[in-house]
Amino acid sequence: MSEKMIMLGNEAIARGAYEAGVKVSAAYPGTPSTEISENLVQYSKNGNIGNGDLYCEWSPNEKVATEVAIGASISGVRSLVSMKHVGVNVAADPLYTVSYIGVNGGMVMIAADDPGLYSSQNEQDTRMVARAAQVPVLEPSDSQEAKDFVKFAFDMSEKYDTPVIVRTTTRLAHSQGMVELCDRTEVPDKPYERNIAKNVMMPANAVKRHLVVEARTNQMIEDGCSFPINRVEMNDTKIGVITSGIPYQYVKEALPNASVLKLGVVNPLPKKLIEDFAAKVDTLYIVEELDPVIELQVKSWGIKAIGKEIFTVQGEYSATMIRRAIGGEQVDIKQAAQIPNRPPILCPGCPHRSVYSVLNKLKIHAAGDIGCYTLGAVAPLSVVDTTVCMGASISTLHGMEKAKGKDYIKNWVAVIGDSTFMHTGINSLMNMVYNQGTGTVMILDNSTTGMTGHQDHAATGKTLQGDTVYAINIMKLCQAMGIKNVTEIDAFDTAGLEKLLKEETAKDEVSVIITKAPCVLLKSNPPITKKCYADSEKCKKCGMCMKPGCPALTKQADGTVKVDDTMCNGCGLCKGLCKFGAITDVPV
Amino acid sequence: METKNIMIVGVGGQGTLLTSRILGGITIHAGYDVKLSEVHGMAQRGGSVVTFVRYGDKVAEPIVEEGCADVLIAFERLEALRYAHYLKKDGVIIANDQRIDPMPVVIGAAEYPQNILEELAKEYKVISVDAMAEAKKLGNPRVFNVIVLGIAAQHMDFSKEDWLTVIEKTVKPKTVEINKKAFEAGYAM
Repeated sequence: MSEKMIMLGNEAIARGAYEAGVKVSAAYPGTPSTEISENLVQYSKNGNIGNGDLYCEWSPNEKVATEVAIGASISGVRSLVSMKHVGVNVAADPLYTVSYIGVNGGMVMIAADDPGLYSSQNEQDTRMVARAAQVPVLEPSDSQEAKDFVKFAFDMSEKYDTPVIVRTTTRLAHSQGMVELCDRTEVPDKPYERNIAKNVMMPANAVKRHLVVEARTNQMIEDGCSFPINRVEMNDTKIGVITSGIPYQYVKEALPNASVLKLGVVNPLPKKLIEDFAAKVDTLYIVEELDPVIELQVKSWGIKAIGKEIFTVQGEYSATMIRRAIGGEQVDIKQAAQIPNRPPILCPGCPHRSVYSVLNKLKIHAAGDIGCYTLGAVAPLSVVDTTVCMGASISTLHGMEKAKGKDYIKNWVAVIGDSTFMHTGINSLMNMVYNQGTGTVMILDNSTTGMTGHQDHAATGKTLQGDTVYAINIMKLCQAMGIKNVTEIDAFDTAGLEKLLKEETAKDEVSVIITKAPCVLLKSNPPITKKCYADSEKCKKCGMCMKPGCPALTKQADGTVKVDDTMCNGCGLCKGLCKFGAITDVPV
Repeated sequence: METKNIMIVGVGGQGTLLTSRILGGITIHAGYDVKLSEVHGMAQRGGSVVTFVRYGDKVAEPIVEEGCADVLIAFERLEALRYAHYLKKDGVIIANDQRIDPMPVVIGAAEYPQNILEELAKEYKVISVDAMAEAKKLGNPRVFNVIVLGIAAQHMDFSKEDWLTVIEKTVKPKTVEINKKAFEAGYAM
């Protein structure tokens, strides 16, 4: 087969894993990594799992997903685990130790960094974690390389007995480019042999494995000099650039005549290759997005180079930026117009808006979490006060209570989505029960992982493979922890929710309120039967309906409100807020 | 051939991704190297979204830089203004004449600028259309983006037949006819 296709970086990664004969893939959704699993599962025939077919799952979190991949590897098959950069933190515990264990079947982790924070809570650099865990990292520069590097990563994993990370960034994951397809190589399963010295990491064994890890790293430092993916492009020797990943493309665009050392392996670094390259050029630059990972090592070897002195550690790079920094070129660019910005917002008909409109009315603060509902932090809803990481809402609220007493949190709740609750919220809720907290926890259950584009989880009743399964019942789960006050309520029942919130926050016990209504964008929703219509004759221009900030409503020049019928999803929140009956339902 | 730079901008949820898929499809159909770069995830939730499309003999960088775009396809007026400085001096703006208020305007913290397209027309070639009204005439407001693409297609070097072939291959089978009709409507404007 030699077909060419245009592919998203993430599609190409999935294709690479498929071609490499991967048999088990596990992940938790996270931008910009989600499409890897969604594409890979398309290759599963779903007929013969456990006996040669490819199996893909959404795990509840990245730690679990990594352990699933480790188990598959130990059993002798090639396995893949993918996640966004902050997911690597959740997976850090198994990652650091599987580095000691190594692999049986090849194991590859995809870690998707997000320079510029398009959809993340921080801008961390996975290469730093990988260095600490002593795991090799490959970094592709386009879709074709994304596919090729994943295949190379599996070979490398088995050759050096190590898990291998393929690091991508948003710009690679969500860019499309041409990819040449190959057939899948069916890799025979490796035989499993009991080997506790390698697979049981208790101190006496681990101390020996650490020696193996150090030797392995040294071997890769040497062998990396002849890896084809570490490539020297000699040109004019006045300027030499060491770069990798997407910045390589910017360098090629900005400095077409420069000599370039393009690193495919960014950890561990091929020392000799770098020293030789540095010796051949007059001025050496190191161009890498985010942290100076390559730069600090190269400089530590006594090599003169210019890096973060002229390049930022924040955000994405571009050719223009490199031209300016290296060439000192004055690029005459018009300034962007000074106009209102357009931050992301909750969709028209989003159930979170309904819940937040009640919290806002009651002046309740929310310890927030990671999901679309984080958008409740900004005006006009202005409800969410804190957001740290997945699952942190419940535990941070608990911490506030322990610091300031139970009365302090009477006007506070924790808000967390259903998928995030299943991810790591459960542990925090257990802690609240165990340590005699009294917080009110709202689980905003929209029956999906919303922000990443609708992935199933353990409480939705569907798997990534498309099987219908038992949906873990969140209400019963909370009750099983010993929580007496667990209530389910329709997210659009604003009057009922207001009453319930007043009652539950007043209690000196843990309460859980599960607000239920599916994400308005879910494809499985029944078609919309009604939309809202505002009668300008009856409108008193009071602005009450505008308070929750629905984008389908606009104030017209005369002050009356208009509902955009192409945007309205008919949730009726605005209708309920109008005291003058000016907003009515119209059948579609 | 020198690399062509096209941008598609709009508000998350307006269908920029479908438009870019068709645009990517046509460049491949014509045998070019192409790179597309788009935004997924949180920014898509009603935020300002931008897709870059670059095609030519060999494309390195996946993004279009300021001052380099040949064509700016804007699905919303304010977004046309936001990204206009990405255009070359003789660049063309194809603008859907629609206003969607961003949250700072909805809550009264900012004003929606007046006469955007008229102001932009002083500096660039601006072709504007009320594509939403045209799409409603065709019976499906959702295809307004393909009408806009039809207009933009007049400023690119691909034949109408090729566009229609690519649309047929790209959109869902159920929507092939309506999307082709939408494209033809735009192409004839």
